[in-house]
Order: sequence, then structure tokens, then C-alpha cells
Amino acid sequence: MNTYDAIVVGSGISGGWAAKELCEKGIKTLLLERGRNVEHLKDYPTATMNPWEFKHRGRLDKLKKENPIVGRCYALDEATEHFFVKDHEHPYVQDKPFDWIRGYQVGGKSLIWARQTQRWSNYDFEGPARDGFAIDWPIRYKDLAPWYSYVEKFIGISGNRDGLDTLPDCESLPAFEMNCVEKDMSGKIGAANKNWNVVQGRCAHLTKPAPIHQQQGRGQCQARHLCYRGCPFGAYFSSNSSTIPWAMKTGNLTLQPNSVVHSVIFDDAKGKVTGVRVVDAVTKKMTEYYAKIIFLNAACLNTNLIALNSTSKRFPNGLGNDNGLLGKYMAFHNYRGVISGSVEGYEDKYYFGRRPTQPMLPNFRNVKKQDTDFLRGYMTFFETSRTGWQQGLGQNGIGADFKNAITEPGPWHVFMMMQGEHVPEESSRVYLHKDLKDAWGMPQLVTDIDYNENDLKVMKDFHQQGSEMLAAAGVKNISTSDSKQAPGLDIHEMGGIRMGNDPKTSLLNKWNQFHHAPNVFVTDGACMVSTSTQNPSLTFMALTARAVDHAVSEMRKGNI
Amino acid sequence: MNRREALNMVALLMGGTVVGGTVFLEGCKTADKKVAAALPLTADQIAFLDEVAETIIPATSTPGAKAAKVGEFMHTMVTDCYDEKDQTTFIEGLGKLNEASETKFKSDFMKLTPEQRKELLIGIDKEAKDYAGSKKKEDPNHYFTLMKQLTLLGYFSSEVGATQALRYVAVPGKYEGCIDYKKGDKAWAI
Repeated sequence: MNTYDAIVVGSGISGGWAAKELCEKGIKTLLLERGRNVEHLKDYPTATMNPWEFKHRGRLDKLKKENPIVGRCYALDEATEHFFVKDHEHPYVQDKPFDWIRGYQVGGKSLIWARQTQRWSNYDFEGPARDGFAIDWPIRYKDLAPWYSYVEKFIGISGNRDGLDTLPDCESLPAFEMNCVEKDMSGKIGAANKNWNVVQGRCAHLTKPAPIHQQQGRGQCQARHLCYRGCPFGAYFSSNSSTIPWAMKTGNLTLQPNSVVHSVIFDDAKGKVTGVRVVDAVTKKMTEYYAKIIFLNAACLNTNLIALNSTSKRFPNGLGNDNGLLGKYMAFHNYRGVISGSVEGYEDKYYFGRRPTQPMLPNFRNVKKQDTDFLRGYMTFFETSRTGWQQGLGQNGIGADFKNAITEPGPWHVFMMMQGEHVPEESSRVYLHKDLKDAWGMPQLVTDIDYNENDLKVMKDFHQQGSEMLAAAGVKNISTSDSKQAPGLDIHEMGGIRMGNDPKTSLLNKWNQFHHAPNVFVTDGACMVSTSTQNPSLTFMALTARAVDHAVSEMRKGNI
Repeated sequence: MNRREALNMVALLMGGTVVGGTVFLEGCKTADKKVAAALPLTADQIAFLDEVAETIIPATSTPGAKAAKVGEFMHTMVTDCYDEKDQTTFIEGLGKLNEASETKFKSDFMKLTPEQRKELLIGIDKEAKDYAGSKKKEDPNHYFTLMKQLTLLGYFSSEVGATQALRYVAVPGKYEGCIDYKKGDKAWAI
């Protein structure tokens, strides 16, 4: 009874996709999730609450003080805290500061992600080989393009077709508008430099649901922007609203929450992986489950943890780890640069509704050739808005006139930020602590991940270029700053079990199979060779769908 | 960037001034005995806070802070969310504000006319802003800075504040990027 055709470890954004694809192909699939079950709609207790229904109006001061790591996450508040792991519940060790933000529940972080979905360009895939860092990607844009389309059609992406080779067009639903100020700024920024292309952000929101979305029971985005609570309309993509119920409908899915995967079982006698060991999160009893193929989608660091903890005679240093590179070349996105400024005029313009995305400029640095003193580049995001009642916080004022003044919208402001490509290095790594264990008997993970000199150069360039863009757009009081946030708070951790053509320098092949354990696949952030400047989840989903297609085909041929 | 939520935006836009100062970012500690003895506040103290809040945000064509139960909200936030230092400042501030009333008008704050209360608080508001501008980082906050910030947060996130003084649209249904605004139209509540 513990035997399935396939096991998927983790029900987040990539695990949900693995389960859906496997089940649709007729594969009996066990989907293991370490956290509790979260059912779409039913388990979104705060989704429709008004601000005044929260005792502290959203503030979580005590919890943030007691849990400083997760407390730094932008999406954590009184309305969302039930979807975030608290620091004390799941300790880890930081050789260098790393804010590990986690969501342990069915759906994982797909409930609380930022939903920005850009395709990688071919420049991104060619980057490491051209610039001589990490290793060459074993795939190119053309290998993934059909899978991007496949995933995009199902999840629904709002965006324009911009015709840029740095940001390939996607299968898109109507884009959100720019506001009046952003429209003007975009024109001025574009006129000032032909490499500065302002486009509207692409996000996994249904602006105009197609039949495939309606079949999932999902509806149109209502522009509430209370997404992190779970969407009562199913308007943004999550495993909970989309892939898991879809997989369930096939009759091939067994979803098992509260199941902490301890390790992958490598049977030394058979010379292959046969299943996984699972610790029941509640009873702490260990059980083995067996399958022909295993997908590890526990999210980047936990997938590394499971692989490192999967030791056997054949693999004494972790699954498939003959070259000693498992857990190394960890990477993330560099978010440190921030710019703000004020916009004069437009007092007669406003906006309606709350938009879940913002204008962005695809990377324009070192695109076709190396033309700066740093490697790679960055995506730029900006957004303008009018201040609300908060304008009263810094003002003198008492009484009716003060009240009336601050109930009208204040001046326009602009906020700009970067998403820089971090160039991975062997010294950035995660490994198992030799003594410390968690409450489930798993070794604690140690993070040894940091910024490098290149990141600081990238930030400096962003500060300079971003300031120039804003100046060209007529923005005043331009002010740059360094958030100095630790890696990890970007929640874009990647690497450690990278793909590659050569088993000497990579763990996975071009189909996301372990070179040395070909019935085990990794398609979450752990498989990434480099990070590009795009938000990563869409690429994880496309890689997952592609890998499942290959896995099932190989399984049917009897190759795995 | 959509991930940068209101608090961060406000912190930047206001040059680092956030409701409750660093309290909202850093959270609270266990109250010491002296503070613990002063909490919970009495019904009279909460009524006093209601009047302070009502003076800052009075009823006009829309309800004021008292109708939004801002006194009770301040009590909740000071109890649950303030650190010990701000709790002490806030609680001592109740007495200081009344002393200022005695000094200026030879009368208890609760017995002042609305005009007198306004005049008194205009003076204290200026004093608090001047103090905030010159204080060192480690110096305590001014008690009136705390009261005023909690008043604004409590009022504008309340049902009457959000739905009557501001425009609250729970389910916009769509996003329109560029609409006309005419002077007098209220800001969006969220």
C-alpha cells in the first residue's frame, strides 16, 4: 500500500506542477507535503476581512520581535501569518546571515508568492558560458519556450506582448494599465536612452479568464491586492487554486500532508533509488514509501537538505554527489538597491483599484557583450502612487482642517528597486550541521551564502542608472539607498543541485535527472545553474512540466 | 516590487517616520512591574484618550475619532505592541498632558472646551515635532507623537474612518490606471 508509480516531495509551485503533469499522464502519484493541509477557499480565514476586523489592524509587533527572520518579510502581517514558518519552529544555522523565508503547508509559498512571471531570454541561458562563471546551461531558450507557453496558458499571465529579445513575449491575458504618471515617465525614460525599455509587469493573475481557467474554477482578478491571504476568486495562480485540485480530479493523486521527507532511499543491492523515508510530522513515526520515479520539489534549500541527508554506501556524501558539488554554487537575487523620489503635478489624476504588478525595465547591462566592469545586470521595477492619510504622520496639525487635508490624496511619489543577477560561486553553499537536529530528527541546515564584490558594483550601477532614469522623467528629490538586507529575503534562493552536461561539474542532466540516480528529478530552485534577472517561479514550472514529460516517456520505455 | 508593502513605502516616503516609530518594526518586550501595574488602563483613562483623539480628528461632516473608538484601540496597541520604553512614555504622557492643561488653563483637560483642547494640543503637537526633529535616536519618543500616530492609524483603519472619512472599496473589481481627480474627493482607504 506504500507503493506508487511516482512520488513528489513538496506541494509548492513546482511540486504542484509535477503532481498535475504526472496525474494527467495516468501516473499514480503520491504528493508529500511536510505541513498541514490548506484547501482552496476553505482554509483562507482572513481572505475577506476588513482592516478594522484585525485586532491590531494588521500589525504583528510581538511576533516580529520574537521571529526576526520571518519578521523581515514584506508579506507577513496579521492577515497572513498563518502561512509563514516562525523562526523558532524550524531552526537552522547561519554561518553568514541568510533570511530563510518558508511556508510549510499544502501549496507552500505558492500561496504567498509575489506572482511576477517573466520568461528568461536566451541571453540569460547563454550568460554563464559567455562570461565564464558557474557552468554552461545544458539547455537554451528554444528548449524551454514551448514549455513556457504550455504553463502560461494554464496558469494565466497578465501582460503585454512587448517584442523584446531580453524579455520574450508570453502567452498573455490583458495587461494591467500603467497609471498616468507611469505612462508619462515610461515615454520620457524610453526617449532618453534606447536601451531603457519600460514595459508593464507580467503577473500570474487572471485579467480575463479563458475556458481553461474557468474549468479550474478560477475567476477574474478583482484588484483587491490582498493576495497573500489566499484569493477567494482563485484569480492568482497557486497550487491550491489550480494544479492540486486539477491533479485530484484525475483520480490519480494521493495528497499526504504532515509528511516530512527525511531522505531518498538508495537500495545498494538494486543499485537504484526505490523510494523515500517519511517522518510523520505529528507522531514522528518513520515510514517508507516506494515509487519508480521521485520528484524532489521541497523548495531549494529543503531539496538540498533532503539530498544531502540521503546517504548510502553508494552515495556516502549525499544523493548523486560523486563530485562533491551538492549544496554548492548557491545563488539568489540582489535586491539591495532602492531609489525613491517625488513627482510634481498630476494633482488632477488618480487611479482606481489595487494593482498586483508594476512597470519594469528588463536588464539592459552586458546584454549582447560585456560593457561594464561587473558581470551580468539587473531588472528594474518602479511604481508611482499618491500618499494617503499617512501624509499626516510627519505633519503638524490638529482638528478639522488637518483631518480634511489628510483625507485627500497627497502628492505623487516614485519607488524604484532592482533585481540583480548574483553570480554563483563554489564558496556559497549549504551543508548539514554535524550535531544539531530538528524536532523530526533531520540534521539542521547550515547556510554559508553571501554577497560578493560584483553584487555591490551592480547595486552602484543601478543607483546611478536608476537615478538617471528618474531624472530624465522629471522626478525630484531622488534619493538612493542600500537596504543591506541579507541574502534570502529576496526569497529567490537557487542552486546547489545544478543542471549541466558534464557529471563532473553538475548533479543533474538537461532533463533534471540526477546523472547518477536517473529516476530522481529536481525541478525546483535547486536545479538552477544561474539566476538571470527574472523572477524565477515561471521557469521552475516550465522546467517541471518538461521534466515530467521526459520522465514518463523514459518510464514507459523501461529506461528508468 | 509589488512585494514592497505599505509600511516600507511609508517609511521611505516619510523619511523614516512610521506610526509608532521603530516600535512597529521592532515589536514589544515584556512590560516591567511599574508599567504592568499601570495596565490595563482605566475606563477614565480610555475616555481621556478618546477626547485627545477626538481633538486631533474631530467629528466634521464625517464621524470623529471617538466614534471610531480610538481610545480603546490605543489601549490595545500600547498593551500588545509597544515596547516597555514607549509604554512608559505613553502612560506618563497621560499625566503630562493633563498637567499641561492645568498649567495653561488651570483646569483638567476633560473640563476644557473643544476650542481650549485644540489650542492646547496645537502647542503640544509643535513641541513634539520640534523634539522629534532634535532628539537623538536613543532618546525616548515624545508621548504626543505616540498618541497622534495611534490616533491616525486607529481612525483611518476603523470602519467609520475608512468608509466615511476615506473611500474604502473592498472589492474594486478592476484596476483603472488613470482617472480624473477633483479637489475634495477622498483618498482610498487602502
